[in-house]
Amino acid sequence: MNINVLFFGSLADATGKSRLEINNVSDTETLRSKLLRDFPKLEKYKFVIAVCKHVVKANTTLHEGDTVAFLPPFAGG
Amino acid sequence: MLNPEELLRYNRQIRLPEIGETGQEKLKSSKVLVIGAGGLGCPVLQYLTAVGVGTIGIVDFDKVDESNLQRQILYTTDDVGKLKVDCAVRKLTRQNPHVRFITYNLQLTNQNAIDIIKNYDIIVDGTDNYATRYLLNDACVLLDKPWIYGSIHRFEAQVSVFNYFNKNKIKGPTYRCLFPSPPLLELEDNCSEIGVLGVLPGIVGMLQANETIKIIVEIGDVLSGELLLLNALNLQFHTISIERNESSIQATPATESQFKKTAYGQFCNTVTKELKLEVNIEELHRLMAENRENIQLVDVREQNESPQIEELKEINIPLVEIIDKAYNIDRNKKVIIFCKSGVRSAIAIQLLQKKFGMKNLFTLKGGVNEWLKTAKSNT
Repeated sequence: MNINVLFFGSLADATGKSRLEINNVSDTETLRSKLLRDFPKLEKYKFVIAVCKHVVKANTTLHEGDTVAFLPPFAGG
Repeated sequence: MLNPEELLRYNRQIRLPEIGETGQEKLKSSKVLVIGAGGLGCPVLQYLTAVGVGTIGIVDFDKVDESNLQRQILYTTDDVGKLKVDCAVRKLTRQNPHVRFITYNLQLTNQNAIDIIKNYDIIVDGTDNYATRYLLNDACVLLDKPWIYGSIHRFEAQVSVFNYFNKNKIKGPTYRCLFPSPPLLELEDNCSEIGVLGVLPGIVGMLQANETIKIIVEIGDVLSGELLLLNALNLQFHTISIERNESSIQATPATESQFKKTAYGQFCNTVTKELKLEVNIEELHRLMAENRENIQLVDVREQNESPQIEELKEINIPLVEIIDKAYNIDRNKKVIIFCKSGVRSAIAIQLLQKKFGMKNLFTLKGGVNEWLKTAKSNT
């Protein structure tokens, strides 16, 4: 099962990527843990998760081809 | 009522059936407050002035700095060193004498926010930090005002309208519904520290002005319940829907007196600007000349972040790793922590003091920027 991950703002800076593909993750919690293992720097950041363009607060089941966005707040202006 | 001059001036807008004379009159009788006359505030102010918003309030405590001019296009070289609110009003009044401006040369705080914001219909966010955004959000929720959010990170931006009705006429989410709590620490996240492309706040400010006009004239679909993300490098736009979250609303101070007691700076881990443990470039030169062995230089910028200064090279611990790698910091020397401008080094000191109680830490005032400036003026 392929999931598209999008990183925004400081998360893209921390991971060095703005998008990547992840296989075999069934829900957002599993995805979050996997990404924290792959990119330990992410632990320092607060972010919200959006699945298919909707912000989700609770663990959410993922389906083939879903896009999951990791969104930090921005400070600048 | 619009006078003959105004009918002429706003003719191209009045011709739009969605606006007409009625819409133009709504603009004239509206009151909009712009918080911050910087990168976002400048384009917001210029367009709200041009389209004929009747009353515009401007909150800003700052003076124009030379480094503002690449994006804050209300200001010119002659304005450097002068108060932003004064320069802005001078220029905007020339642009449109039919607009009434009210200036607040101050920093928005939990003590003054309610008294200022209550006089306006719509609030536009041109701030550059988390603490002021949470404060602004809570004041707007308390007073039931919509606010137009805009923020920037390098080439990316976020825009939304908070505390306003969505397409189904239901009150939409607030900033706290999207981001219930601020980042762990205010990392090197503002434009002065990490840089910003001049045109990006212009794009974002115009989107904010557009949302403001739509709310006033009551046309189109307002960006409530949605977060617009844009990236200037690949010109990709994403829209993410956000739900109103009652438990986040509960976290907002429920009364004015609770609001006035909320410590927003502390809530957002903001670093106090008056850091006493500071050395300037002159002192650093003196310390290095006296006994280089007595001091340790710690660069808290990213690895290989340019410019690298040969004389300042000793150890590098990027800010996000400062606690994990604190064992590299010498407790018996005078430790001078530096970064690009002094923001990250101040945060590093605050973190290290809190965690380990270190007392031998000093920040280099003005950071690498100041070092380069001094080096330049000496040659």
